[in-house]
Amino acid sequence: MDHRPQAWGRPRDDVYGAYDASFMQNNAPTAHTQQPIVTGTSVVAIKFKDGVVIAADNLASYGSLARFTDVKRLRPFANASVVGFSGDISDMQYLDRHLTDLALAEAYDSPDSARLSASNLHRYLSKLLYRRRSKFDPLWNHLLVAGLDDQGAPFLAAADLLGTTYSSPSLATGFGAMLAQPVMRRYAPDEESAAKLTREEAVNVIKECMKVLFYRDARSLDSYSLAVVTKDGVEMKENEKLEDQSWAFAERIKGYGTQTV
Amino acid sequence: MFSQNPVMNGPNYSFSDTPRTKGEPREHRFNPYTDNGGSTLAIAGADFTIMAGDTRHTSGYSINSRMAPKVFKIGGSNSSQDDATIVLSVCGFAADGAALRDQLDTICKIYRYRHGKPMTLNACAKRLSTILYGKRFFPYYVTAMLGGLDEEGKGAVYSYDPVGSYEREQCRAGGAAGSLIMPFLDNQVNFKNQYVPGSGEGHDLKERERHPLSRSQVETIIKDAFDGAVERHIEVGDALQMLIITKDGIEESILPMKQD
Repeated sequence: MDHRPQAWGRPRDDVYGAYDASFMQNNAPTAHTQQPIVTGTSVVAIKFKDGVVIAADNLASYGSLARFTDVKRLRPFANASVVGFSGDISDMQYLDRHLTDLALAEAYDSPDSARLSASNLHRYLSKLLYRRRSKFDPLWNHLLVAGLDDQGAPFLAAADLLGTTYSSPSLATGFGAMLAQPVMRRYAPDEESAAKLTREEAVNVIKECMKVLFYRDARSLDSYSLAVVTKDGVEMKENEKLEDQSWAFAERIKGYGTQTV
Repeated sequence: MFSQNPVMNGPNYSFSDTPRTKGEPREHRFNPYTDNGGSTLAIAGADFTIMAGDTRHTSGYSINSRMAPKVFKIGGSNSSQDDATIVLSVCGFAADGAALRDQLDTICKIYRYRHGKPMTLNACAKRLSTILYGKRFFPYYVTAMLGGLDEEGKGAVYSYDPVGSYEREQCRAGGAAGSLIMPFLDNQVNFKNQYVPGSGEGHDLKERERHPLSRSQVETIIKDAFDGAVERHIEVGDALQMLIITKDGIEESILPMKQD
């Protein structure tokens, strides 16, 4: 027996050969998320008179490969708010675990009703993101936080990997900011018109936006999650399908110019 | 017998476990800054100061929000800031702007708690400079301006560069359309290149005498300056927020502007 405790439990060289440490040796600096790898595309959301509607499709892309088709990117928090994630999926999962811990800790102090409103949650997440960008180790996400603020009014705000925050009657991340925002702004150009929207109108606007995005965003999917947040809590539907797509016109299109058959 | 013996051959575990020292260089491609557009403007009068800014928040060609104020009350005794006497405006990278605002506000609140009185504008201006210089080698990417009344009750504006150089001024425009607004202010507030009519030719011309402007005149100049900027700069628009600081407190007004 070897009397040196440092050697105990190590494979013997005379039996197994010397261990080739170069397989595991990593001399590179610790790798932070330097670019997103598996990504989620747009999140869209709009305020209405009693709350907020938010939606995101169920796809996680690996570059241009539609790799994971059942990834839920809306996360309810304490049955009072919803966080919608776009950007890197591993960072989303990290934040999801982080929020689970936070919800647990909060539930000890206030088990019956949510203590953190959506505006509190948004501030927390934006500080977290800003801290990480200041450490040059960003969480590569763009999030929307939907719910109610401390006064019980509908709340919707965004935070991105740089810690930038902003709020608006309707919000969208990524491709949605170009394609869905113009559609939503027709219905809710300002806070007053958003406060007149009914729940049904808001849901229809969001469904329309998801359809526009599926038509024109090459990283999107036709199955999506949709959540409605009101003072009564979060109603989440995770396996919605796009309806009434219009493709019939395509039969009449032939060639790229002069071709007629 | 054991070539991997940690004591005999030095550090040779199969995984890299060397502790990282603080400040060790790392390689990254991540850019921590961006520009969120917008413009700010501050003018000091005889017994008032007006701080103004548009409320548009952009990234690239997109409008993120049409109502994202960049002029803030600072150092009130509570979160509603209704007894504040100092106003801060930040323009540039909005996340740094918000961080700077939060930090200065906290410092002013702590000052009030420790000394039992609000911070003077002069003291706050110096403190803001040191906050900015504290991040000399990873700056807050903002043009900040501080406005209020000095110890004699006169209007005062302090303007800053991103690393804390500052100066007290009569008027200053900052942000995306700063270069469009500033020459207009030189002419309309400080009467630069204006001469008394009929006072002669060439070197005989007498400069028009400077006098402090009235509040309504200043408000008109600000509105006109922003209307001009909205026409000519794509990152400026949506609404004009004005905070008017007088000895009676701070009034806020929000006027609509073109949204295109």
